[in-house]
Amino acid sequence: MGSLPPGRPGMDVKLEKFEGPLDLLLHLIKRDEIDIYDIPIAHITQQFLHYLEIMRLLDLEVSGEFLVMAATLMRIKARMLLPVPEPGEEEEGDPREELVQRLLEYRQYKEAAGTLREREEKRRLLFERGMTPDEEDAGPLPLAPVNLFALLDALDRVLARLPERNVLEMSGEAYDIEDKMALLVTRARRAGRLSFTLLLEECKSRLEVIVTFLALLELLKMGRLTVEQAGPFGDIWVEPRPEPVGGEPADGEAAPPGDAPAGAAVPPAPAERSERGGE
Amino acid sequence: MAGSELRTIVEALLFASDSPLSLSLLAETTGADPLAVAQAADELRALYDAGGHGVQVGEMAGGYLITTREPMAPWIRKLLQGKRKARLSRAALETLAIIVYKQPVTRPEIESIRGVDSGSALTTLLERDLITIRGRSDVVGRPLLYGSTPEFLSYFGLRELTELPRPEELKAILQAREAEAEADLFAGVPEPPTGGPAATEPAVAAPGSAPGPTPEPGPAPTPAADEGPAAGS
Repeated sequence: MGSLPPGRPGMDVKLEKFEGPLDLLLHLIKRDEIDIYDIPIAHITQQFLHYLEIMRLLDLEVSGEFLVMAATLMRIKARMLLPVPEPGEEEEGDPREELVQRLLEYRQYKEAAGTLREREEKRRLLFERGMTPDEEDAGPLPLAPVNLFALLDALDRVLARLPERNVLEMSGEAYDIEDKMALLVTRARRAGRLSFTLLLEECKSRLEVIVTFLALLELLKMGRLTVEQAGPFGDIWVEPRPEPVGGEPADGEAAPPGDAPAGAAVPPAPAERSERGGE
Repeated sequence: MAGSELRTIVEALLFASDSPLSLSLLAETTGADPLAVAQAADELRALYDAGGHGVQVGEMAGGYLITTREPMAPWIRKLLQGKRKARLSRAALETLAIIVYKQPVTRPEIESIRGVDSGSALTTLLERDLITIRGRSDVVGRPLLYGSTPEFLSYFGLRELTELPRPEELKAILQAREAEAEADLFAGVPEPPTGGPAATEPAVAAPGSAPGPTPEPGPAPTPAADEGPAAGS
């Protein structure tokens, strides 16, 4: 994968460190329909490293935990290659055993976290006294129903399909992440929703793909857009988030009440602010 | 004290409080027998549930709490104009799940399960009063021990911890899902690679979300105001 030119402005995207190597492994296991009790280590190691490559390409911070896991995978892979001990020799056991146990345990707590999320959603529909509008507006919004790894998968598919056609790239052709962000918001709001795949495929170069992707990540983090995926292999849809940052998600189950003028009085999305960059 | 009088007092106490009031505190305050208080609270709940009320008496965190009713949520949200404490992040929820199930538990234990640094998640949870420090472990370094708080129960609308699925139940859920996925593998014909978004109609839309979204440029989907409860005018 080509490296990006140095000194590109506005490219530092910092995502909350919310997913770790175990989560990535579980994602790969689910995506490739792998039996967790019989993990093909060579395959999973290769996929894992491929991911780290994509993350590096995007300048996402690859934390030390990912590198430790990569080393662990390679060590297990090496041990799998060792000849099976002769009968009578000390049996070593499956070198994958410990990793599988960790994955199972982590998966169980992930499930428990999911239960808590459901509870949280339900409870948030009930309000007790003292919830006045001046309450703090805390923390970033969680990412939408599609997680980061699913997005990276989609990016990878597009990158794999995209031919290296821009042999002669004019120097000075620069993509600005701010401009892309403004453009994305405008387009998403005009169209209602955008196809993630088309969005990336219409880019003229890998660099533009990456800048577009980073712009999308930033907007997701800011809560200005949401992404949703219809099914495991379906396209990912990018949609504008109508409500203000810090507000409720567009869960659609109950629209904000209001008569006609109130409908128009939905606070303007903060998008306006950055559209100046669009020229 | 007559039953109806006790009920009105309990109503006033619950109304005045922004956190769950335990039976023992209510009994102590009213000077009534806990059983009588429980009965009064039940009557009050039945009264509110009978209809025509925007609030209800809920039971959570080992106490009673008056909250708004679920269908009122859109109006309250509008009043709050989005200014509200954010949902917990995934990292925070995972960390919290580990704490709740394994408490008291140390940070190294949590991080060895999650495989990732959990310091900021712990800070968030402490700040939001969902967890608390329960002392120190006896192991080397004497790391702090964390446990859940009554606020945790209240935040998730739980009466008590046992309302959460037990570990075996979680395992069963996961196994059922695995079996289901395997069945799908044989039943479902994999979709052919699609050239565009038109081929993959989103089948699983969020319940109640705008029907039939189209990928074509068009008017942005307006938050369906007509679906909301009828407004005055």
